[in-house]
Amino acid sequence: MEPAPCRVLHVGRETHDTFTLTLEVTPEGRAEFAPGQFSMLYVFGVGELPISISGDPGVPGRLTYTVRVVGRATEALARLRAGDWVGVRGPFGSAWPVEAARGMDVLIVAGGIGIAPLRSVVYHALRNRDAYGRLIILHGARSPKDLLYRADFRHWNRQAETRALTTVDHGDMRWRGRVGVVTTLFRYVRLVPERTIAMLCGPEIMMRYVCAEICGNHRIPPSQIFLTMERNMKCAAGFCGHCQFGPYFICKDGPVFSYEKVKPLLGIHEL
Amino acid sequence: MSSRQEGPIGLVDPPSIGRLISALERRGWLVAGPTVRDGAIVYDRLQSIDDLPRGWTEDQEAGRYRLEHSGDNALFGYNLGPQSWKKYLHPPEVRLLEASRENGLLKILNQAEPLPRYAFLGVRPCELEAIQVLDRVLIGDRFSDPIYEGRRKNLFLIAVNCSRTAPTCFCTSMGTGPRARRGYDLAITEILEGGRHEFLIEAGTAQGAAVLEELHPRKAGPDDSGLAEKLTQRAANQIRRRLDTESLRDLMYANWEHPRWDQVASRCLSCGNCTMVCPTCFCTDVEDTSDVRGERAERWRRWDSCYTLSFSHIHGGSVRWSVKSRYRQWLTHKLASWIEQFGGSGCVGCGRCITWCPVGIDLTEEVRAIRETPARASTRRENRNGEP
Repeated sequence: MEPAPCRVLHVGRETHDTFTLTLEVTPEGRAEFAPGQFSMLYVFGVGELPISISGDPGVPGRLTYTVRVVGRATEALARLRAGDWVGVRGPFGSAWPVEAARGMDVLIVAGGIGIAPLRSVVYHALRNRDAYGRLIILHGARSPKDLLYRADFRHWNRQAETRALTTVDHGDMRWRGRVGVVTTLFRYVRLVPERTIAMLCGPEIMMRYVCAEICGNHRIPPSQIFLTMERNMKCAAGFCGHCQFGPYFICKDGPVFSYEKVKPLLGIHEL
Repeated sequence: MSSRQEGPIGLVDPPSIGRLISALERRGWLVAGPTVRDGAIVYDRLQSIDDLPRGWTEDQEAGRYRLEHSGDNALFGYNLGPQSWKKYLHPPEVRLLEASRENGLLKILNQAEPLPRYAFLGVRPCELEAIQVLDRVLIGDRFSDPIYEGRRKNLFLIAVNCSRTAPTCFCTSMGTGPRARRGYDLAITEILEGGRHEFLIEAGTAQGAAVLEELHPRKAGPDDSGLAEKLTQRAANQIRRRLDTESLRDLMYANWEHPRWDQVASRCLSCGNCTMVCPTCFCTDVEDTSDVRGERAERWRRWDSCYTLSFSHIHGGSVRWSVKSRYRQWLTHKLASWIEQFGGSGCVGCGRCITWCPVGIDLTEEVRAIRETPARASTRRENRNGEP
C-alpha cells in the first residue's frame, strides 16, 4: 500500500509543542474518514507515523491532524509549510460509535492531545445537532500552556445543550480556571447512565481513572464507554506486529475499543 | 488429519532427485533447498543433487546444534537447520518504497520488480504448516501483504516427510508432522532400509503430478506406501518432547502474572534468536533513508523482534521495558493470542527456538511450569498501589 502524495494547505501552531496540519487530498488519496480513524503520514526520507484525524468529517477533500512534537518524525512534520507535500496512507482503524450514540448524551473526556481525535466527534455532533442529546466535553491538560483548541472550546460553549469544561494539573500566575486532574470535572456534570455514551482519549492511566469514575460513581455500563489505545505502529495493516495489545492489533481492531472489550487487559502491567 | 491429499504415487531412485531439480529448472522455477554451509544445514539455491546434504545429520538439543556424519547416503537425513522458508517468502530485508522530491513535489516511484518463482525442495511437514500459518497472517486477514503474496502464489512446494526426528521436535503435539498431509505439490519419503535407497513421491496437485511423470517413476505398491507410513510413524514414536495444548489459550490468558515469568526472565538474554529462527514470527520494522541531496528517499522493511526495547517504544519510553514482559509477549502471542487473531496456533512444533536459544530456554518446559504451578493471586496494579 503506497502513500498518496497530498499537498499541505496550512500549518497552524496550537501550543508550544503542538500544531495542526491541513492537507488537500489528491485524487489518489482518500479524504473520507470516520471520526476516530487515523492516517499514516510519510515525511520524505524521514519516516512514517500514525496520526489521528482531528478535522471535520463534513468538510470534503481535506484531512486535518493535530500533532505533538515528540521525536524526529514529528519534528519533520512540524517543519512543513503550505505547499509542501506529504505521503498519506489510510484512513485506517475503527471509529468512535457516532451512529450508536444517536439520541444519547455524548460525554467526551480527553487528556492532553487526546482531544484531537475527539474533536472530529464534536464537529460531527454539532453538524447533526438534533441527532444527539447533551454534549459534554471534559478536557484536562498539564498546564494552561498545554490547553488545545481554546477558540473551539469557547465556540462549543455557545452551542445549545453543550458544555465544554477544562482543567489543568498545575496552574500558573495568570490561570483563573480549574485546577485538578480531569476526573475532578465530574462534580460539575450530571450524567444519566442509560442515555450516556462516553468517549475517552488520553494517557492509559487517565482513562483507567475516568472509567473507574464513570462506571463506579455514575453507573455508566462498560458497554457504553469507548476509548482509544496507543502502541508503536509501523504498517497500519496488521503485518508489522508492533501495535499488539493482548489479542488485538490496535491498527485494525482499534484504535477505538469498547471498554467492555479491553477492561480485562487494561490493568496488566507492560502488556 | 488422517486423510491425505490423493494423487499419483511413484518410486524413484536417488539420481532422480537430481533430475527433479533440472525438471523444475526447465519449467522456470528457481530451486531452493537444504545445503551445508557454515557448519549448518541452510536453505539456498540448488543446482544439482550434489548441493543436497548427502550423508549429513544433526545433533540438536536445547542451545546446541552440531552437524554430524550420518554414516549413510541419505539426502534428507537431517531435520531442520536454523533458517526457515520465511527468508524467501517474507524476506529479512525488502524495499517498500522509493520516492523522489523535485522542486518540492513528492513522487512515489513504483517498484514493480520481477518476482522470483521458487520451488522449495525439502519442506518439512511442520514447515509446510508454518507456510499455512503465514498465509493466514499475511494474506488471509483484512489486508494482504503484496510482497508475501507475490512470492507465495507461484510457489512449487516439495515436502519431505521425516523418517528421523531431532530431540527438539514436538510436531506431534502441534498436529503438524512428521508426515505432510496437505499443502504440497509433491511429498517425498526417503526410504533407506535393508540396502534399499529409494524415494516414494506423492503428487498433491496437477502441476506436481506433471513433474512427477517426467521422472518416469516406478509404480508404487501398497507395500511401498505402507513402508513409508511405517517410517514416519517410527519417527513420530521417537518424539519425546511434548507441549500439552489442552486449553492452552485459556491457560496463558489466566497467567499474565505468574512467578515463572520472573524465573524465565532471569535466564532469557532477550537476544531475539527465537524470533529470527521461528518459521512463523512475522514482525518487521521500517527504516527510512534519503540521499545527501534530499532528492531521493527509500523505505526498507526489516525483520524485527518483540524482544527489543525499541519494538514497543512510544513517546516517553518502551511499553515492555522488562525482559519478563517481552518473553511473556512472545510466548503468549505464539500460543494464545495468535489463535484469536488468526484462527490457529502460531507454533508448529519445529523446535528451532529451543535449539537456537543461546541459554537453552525450552518453551515446552515453560508451559509445563506454568501449567503445574498455580497462578499467583492477581497482581494487577489495582492491587499493588490502589490504581484502577
